[in-house]
Amino acid sequence: MRKVAVIGAGLTKFVRRAKETAKELCWAASKAALDSAGLTLKDIDCVVHGTAPDAFDGVHMKAEYLSDGSGAWKKPYFRNYVGGGTGVYAPIHGWYHVASGMFDTCLVVCEEKMSSCQPHPQGAFLTIFDHTTERPLGPNLLWIFALEMNRYMAKHGLTLEEIAQVSVKNKRNAKDHPSAQLGADLTVDDVLKSEVLAWPVHRLMVSPTSDGAGAVILASEQVAKRLTDKPVWIEGVGWCLDSAYWTNRDLYYPKYVEYAARMAYQMAGIKDPRREIHVAEPYDPFAYKELHHLEGLLLADKGQAPKLMSEGFFDRENGQIPSCPSGGLLGVGNPIAAAGLMKICELFWQLRGEAGKRQVKNNPRKGVAQAWGDLMQVGTVVVMGR
Amino acid sequence: MTRRVAVVGIGSTPARTVTPELSYRELTYDAAVRAYCDAGVEPRDVQSFVCCEEDLNEGISISDEYTPDQLGAVLKPVHTVGGDGLHGIADAVMEIMTGLVDLVVVESHSKASNILTPHHIVSYAMDPVWNRPFKANPHFVAGLEMNRFLHETGTTAAQCAQVVVKNKRNALRNPAGAHAADLTLEDVERSLPVSEPLRELEVAPASDAAYVVVLASEERAKSLKGRPVWVKGVGWCSDTPTLESRDWARAEYAEGAAERAYRMAGIRNPSEEMDVFEVDDTYAYKELQHLEALKVFGRGEAGRATERGITSATGDVPVNVSGGALGAGHQLDATGLFRVVELVLQLRGQAGERQVRGARTGLAMSWRGVPTTSGAIVILGCE
Amino acid sequence: MSDDFRGTPLDAEDFEKGKVLFTRDEPKAEYAWDTGVAIGRYLQELKNGRLIARNCVKCRRVMIPPRMHCEWCWRPTDDWVYVQDRGLVNTFSLCYITWDMQRLKTPEIPAVIEIEGASPGHGIMHKLGGVDPKKVKVGMKVKAVWKPAEERVGSILDILHWAPT
Repeated sequence: MRKVAVIGAGLTKFVRRAKETAKELCWAASKAALDSAGLTLKDIDCVVHGTAPDAFDGVHMKAEYLSDGSGAWKKPYFRNYVGGGTGVYAPIHGWYHVASGMFDTCLVVCEEKMSSCQPHPQGAFLTIFDHTTERPLGPNLLWIFALEMNRYMAKHGLTLEEIAQVSVKNKRNAKDHPSAQLGADLTVDDVLKSEVLAWPVHRLMVSPTSDGAGAVILASEQVAKRLTDKPVWIEGVGWCLDSAYWTNRDLYYPKYVEYAARMAYQMAGIKDPRREIHVAEPYDPFAYKELHHLEGLLLADKGQAPKLMSEGFFDRENGQIPSCPSGGLLGVGNPIAAAGLMKICELFWQLRGEAGKRQVKNNPRKGVAQAWGDLMQVGTVVVMGR
Repeated sequence: MTRRVAVVGIGSTPARTVTPELSYRELTYDAAVRAYCDAGVEPRDVQSFVCCEEDLNEGISISDEYTPDQLGAVLKPVHTVGGDGLHGIADAVMEIMTGLVDLVVVESHSKASNILTPHHIVSYAMDPVWNRPFKANPHFVAGLEMNRFLHETGTTAAQCAQVVVKNKRNALRNPAGAHAADLTLEDVERSLPVSEPLRELEVAPASDAAYVVVLASEERAKSLKGRPVWVKGVGWCSDTPTLESRDWARAEYAEGAAERAYRMAGIRNPSEEMDVFEVDDTYAYKELQHLEALKVFGRGEAGRATERGITSATGDVPVNVSGGALGAGHQLDATGLFRVVELVLQLRGQAGERQVRGARTGLAMSWRGVPTTSGAIVILGCE
Repeated sequence: MSDDFRGTPLDAEDFEKGKVLFTRDEPKAEYAWDTGVAIGRYLQELKNGRLIARNCVKCRRVMIPPRMHCEWCWRPTDDWVYVQDRGLVNTFSLCYITWDMQRLKTPEIPAVIEIEGASPGHGIMHKLGGVDPKKVKVGMKVKAVWKPAEERVGSILDILHWAPT
């Protein structure tokens, strides 16, 4: 199998409503990634785009519309999507473009401009439910998160305080991220005092809606070694989709994340993730999701992630496995696909020791990023190492 | 190509104008059962699944949610591409070439009959600021392109009409020929203008169908009972999405895709080295424009070749023996897999009364429709 | 990495006051989804005031909503099975906002209800009603409250809500 490296990364700021059009956001992130790798578009063999769903931008076949903004003019160009898991799936898609031997360099771009959807981006989520058996009930997106969170809490007897600490950690971490939309110093009390949106979900346990884009450059081993002294290798990839019949599954544990993680760990030769992973970027659109996913990633036993987190195990400063040092979706923002790719960018910077004030202190050599999506059914996982 | 890939199984439901008896999930299950049976595999053996669809065609946001159940893909690697079925094949080929997986399934379906406002949906693919405020029927893009194509190449309207006559007649011999008809040139020329010079019968009407294709690495393919059909080359390419800066006469995306696919397959002389062609004919002129982009014919020659019967089912360069999209219907992003299924049948010698004698190598080409400039190519061959 | 990230936030007020130019378009995306065999029968039985499931003899599973093939063993499912219009709350939420973030005084109570007669853990999403939101618990027993027969049309909304028994 050909080795594939990340050799450049770029992000835009994540904001509630961007002046830039969706194409311009794609361009800004792509340009930043190319600059960081010292490349121009001429050096890029193919482009992979991740974005979901079309309803945000109100554009059918959205990736076709975004293609020139993403540098795909007259190039092989591919769009992939697995709902919220897209941001971590896109680099996997890029990985096999290069690992297959068909291309030497690949530009991976993820974008979401949620603010275009009026009166509220949540409108785009009304149509994710089954059109016949569920949509007539008028479900909104918060329902499924609240239902899953309640199940997770009920199964393990967890408290709201334990969930709230995730928001506190991530919003604090985000204060040091130049893209961040919602960095803040909060207490657990602040989170619990914020209004209840859909019990048990409180407002400060939810990531914002955002506009933003991210991009990374992938290269084959030969090209990567020529261009940089500090390639970060994609060592393992995994993805998994569970049944759409989500009311027939027990939501307390994300089995699909575990399967995706096992696939990625096996490829990366990781046998004991808790010892071999030094930094993690699990998906945190809602506070409880980070805990849920740390368990799915096998970095904590079932129901034990909250306890480990209160012990500081996942802290950026002195934790054993710093989790969401970027500030995550809760702090940096959540332009869906771009937020997932933001996690890949963070690992790239952390593993190169270029994360500035966010740099974790344990000299990380391996990291894992993960995203999640659809009707609580997708896990996408990438293991990166130097 | 470092690792060879083969098509080892195909399954489809015949294209129909409506399919009210089954939901799209049930329709897809039917196609999947046939494909796995054809390949002699169980879904649990499959290591990765690729689905090709777009949200607004499904009427579902994040429509990839509903992909795994009908494919036997629960708790398996599954992902969706916003691309035509041929993009899906290219995706599967890359996955297998990495060495990570050996058996991959590609799925796409069309329930076009369930879309009540298809022209509105297509118009949402236009630039929302520059183009959409005109509120024009999206076929106007094809009208503009056809006019420039005729102007630059000297192709005539009658030659375009001949494509319709040929493809709809070919479809009479295909059980999936949902829009088959025995028409004359005059019938086509008398049909109402849609966006001059484009006429109503030159626009492929929609149909419903589901397709599942199983691909395998060489090693895996040889362990299966059937005769593999090899993927010789794949190529895909996008030109500019803007209407303001494209070349209106040439299909540059098809040229780009062909260049890559031919390089991979080692093809220098397309019309001589390949025996059967399934080429996008969403609009009649598109078949001619695409054949020229694929260098099957020189510039301005595809129309004349069609008139002379060279592209007929019994001609030297049979194009769309299946009936193409004009004869079997445009099937959204599943149209590419419709073409792959036809090629596989032809190369296996299972195409019944429309069998092209001695077909050993074939090409399928798809385009994602207006207003896009994205196309993909798959070249298949048997030994 | 550079800290000089592009991206220009627009002020919500400027946007609302029209100081920012934009175009507006209302999608006209309409569909008539074929219900197919399984969901077609499911809707028909809802109209009759009953819940119906399919069973898989191989997986020994009774599943609702019904489906014509079992996604576990991937065989066609075997029989139609009527199940009860009673069940247990598997999980629930008290939702105080609408999809466009308007606040509700009385919460909606979406829930996953495990249906009696279907396999354990097999439920459907619906809403609870006729109950004090504070008293809803995971594991609570509930029963469907149907629309009057003459008002039923073959929709999931033929059940008004589920109330405690």
